[in-house]
Amino acid sequence: MTNAIEASGLVKTYAGKVKALDGLSVTVESGSVFALLGPNGAGKSTTVKILTTLSKPDAGQASVAGLDVLRQPERVRRAVGCVAQKSGVDIQATGRENLMLQGHLYGMRGKELEQRVSGLLERFGLTDSARRIARTYSGGMQRKLDVAMGLVHKPQVLFLDEPTTGLDPESRADMWGEIARLTAEEGLTILLTTHYLEEADKLARRLSIVDEGRVVAEGSPDELKGELKGDAVHVELASGEAGRAIEALAPLADVRDVTLEDGRLLHLHADNGAQAVPVILQALEAGGVNVASVTVARPSLDDVYLKYTGRSFEKAEATAAEVNR
Amino acid sequence: MIALRHTLYLTIRQVKAFLRQPWYLALTLAQPIIWLLLFGALFKKIVEIPGFGSKSYITFLTPGIVVMSAVFSGGWSGMSMIDDLDHGVMDRFLVAPTNRGALMVGRIAPQVLTTIIQSLILVGLALAVGATFPGGAAGIVMLIVCAALLSVGFSMLSNGLALMLRREESVIAAVNFILLPLTFLSSAFLQQSLAPKWIQQIAKYNPVNWAVQAGREALNKSGDWGFVMAHAGYLLAFAVVCALLATRAFRSYQRSV
Ligand SMILES: Nc1ncnc2c1ncn2[C@@H]1O[C@H](COP(=O)(O)OP(=O)(O)O)[C@@H](O)[C@H]1O
Ligand SMILES: [Mg+2]
Repeated sequence: MTNAIEASGLVKTYAGKVKALDGLSVTVESGSVFALLGPNGAGKSTTVKILTTLSKPDAGQASVAGLDVLRQPERVRRAVGCVAQKSGVDIQATGRENLMLQGHLYGMRGKELEQRVSGLLERFGLTDSARRIARTYSGGMQRKLDVAMGLVHKPQVLFLDEPTTGLDPESRADMWGEIARLTAEEGLTILLTTHYLEEADKLARRLSIVDEGRVVAEGSPDELKGELKGDAVHVELASGEAGRAIEALAPLADVRDVTLEDGRLLHLHADNGAQAVPVILQALEAGGVNVASVTVARPSLDDVYLKYTGRSFEKAEATAAEVNR
Repeated sequence: MIALRHTLYLTIRQVKAFLRQPWYLALTLAQPIIWLLLFGALFKKIVEIPGFGSKSYITFLTPGIVVMSAVFSGGWSGMSMIDDLDHGVMDRFLVAPTNRGALMVGRIAPQVLTTIIQSLILVGLALAVGATFPGGAAGIVMLIVCAALLSVGFSMLSNGLALMLRREESVIAAVNFILLPLTFLSSAFLQQSLAPKWIQQIAKYNPVNWAVQAGREALNKSGDWGFVMAHAGYLLAFAVVCALLATRAFRSYQRSV
């Protein structure tokens, strides 16, 4: 199998201060969906901008579809399609006009372009609104148009920067179906960025967790989850006896990684959740702690994220939001 | 060839967008007309000042308003650049193999078009309310050429500013704080010889004044075409310098993405 994207040691510093990328590397196999997963400000968009020739790295190298992004930017541009986080739909133009202009800029013309545009409109369910100005489109429709625009010239590699952020659940599910179809039916390589763990889990064959401009973990969703041995157990305490609960669990050999959330939710790992639960309950009871509920779950990417960055995903998001303000 | 074709596509895009904003379109056309009629009526008696040298104020004023309209439509044109930057449209063009020159020239062509239409409407209206232009068609064409060069210059400055500062406020400030004074520091409304000495001095270096004077001279009965062509040359140089500045701003934007 060849690689559609190979990038190594990418560094990018903005305005001499903000280090957006700090030696990021990524390799994507042809014909697969790869996800860059990380909180706001992690450097996902910067990576996409570099790989699509919009921006130049300060250090490192990258090739897309076998073409060097620094030495052959013109050819890279023809090989890739890009759906940027910031959209790129001209809201003063109709859906059809947006697609036609996009095709024209790639040198497509005449019947070939007309057919391609009609086909894409049909495929994304935009045929009826093709002659309406994009300003009047719903968020989901604009995003679909966005993706269609990235596909007009039949690229080999498609970049989707947060394709479902801000979409309602229904539009999100639509988009997921579309993305899955693109690789399955057309053999397209897709690099998508997301800050939804669920999205990466569902769509990507492999993924990288990006934090502060670096890849902190890489693998298939199952591999990454597999690295966390055992099951996740969540214990909800009936009343604030967290200190005593932690004390009570400390002697148990099978229980690891006990963390406390909001003073009343205990998260921990056990090799076998089902066997551990009775033991845990017994220990807590003996310690005089009342339990409201217990759940056992396979580890999620959330747990993976916590392990590699030392922060829970929501915390990282909240911090990033603070910093970016 | 590709540059030309891309320029055409991008020009058509802008013209269509412009036509789709009926209020903006109406305003762009109505404002100069209001200026012409309002200033024409307000300062009608100004020609009676000894030494004014022109018998009809509307005849005197028309090239002034044509140029003023060109200045303002050029000055505002950076707003559409801000829109494109905000909506990621510019970045999308940059990710596509779009001809880089066309991205700038595609903003000049619609500007020239707007100026031509605006100017023709103003000249027609002026003729209807009694202005006379002995310079004839050649004079009118020359006035429009000067106005177009000037509007291209200001449009490039406006786009450059938009690319550097990326805020609507900066374009608005530039239009309000720079363009109006520049217009008043010209002979658009008043015979130069009647203005204070210091204004006359500044006006010599004011591109707005170059365009007003060259346009007015071209409309005269036996205008001094040496003077007209020389000033048209200055205006061309002005437009080129502004375009170069805008190109630099464009490069610096590309580096900052
Ligand atoms: N054009 C830019 N100019 C200055 N700083 C930028 C620019 N783009 C991104 N950054 C900064 O670089 C960091 C990484 O940003 P980005 O790649 O957009 O992250 P993500 O897409 O993962 O949210 C952030 O701190 C962001 O503020
Ligand atoms: Mg981003």
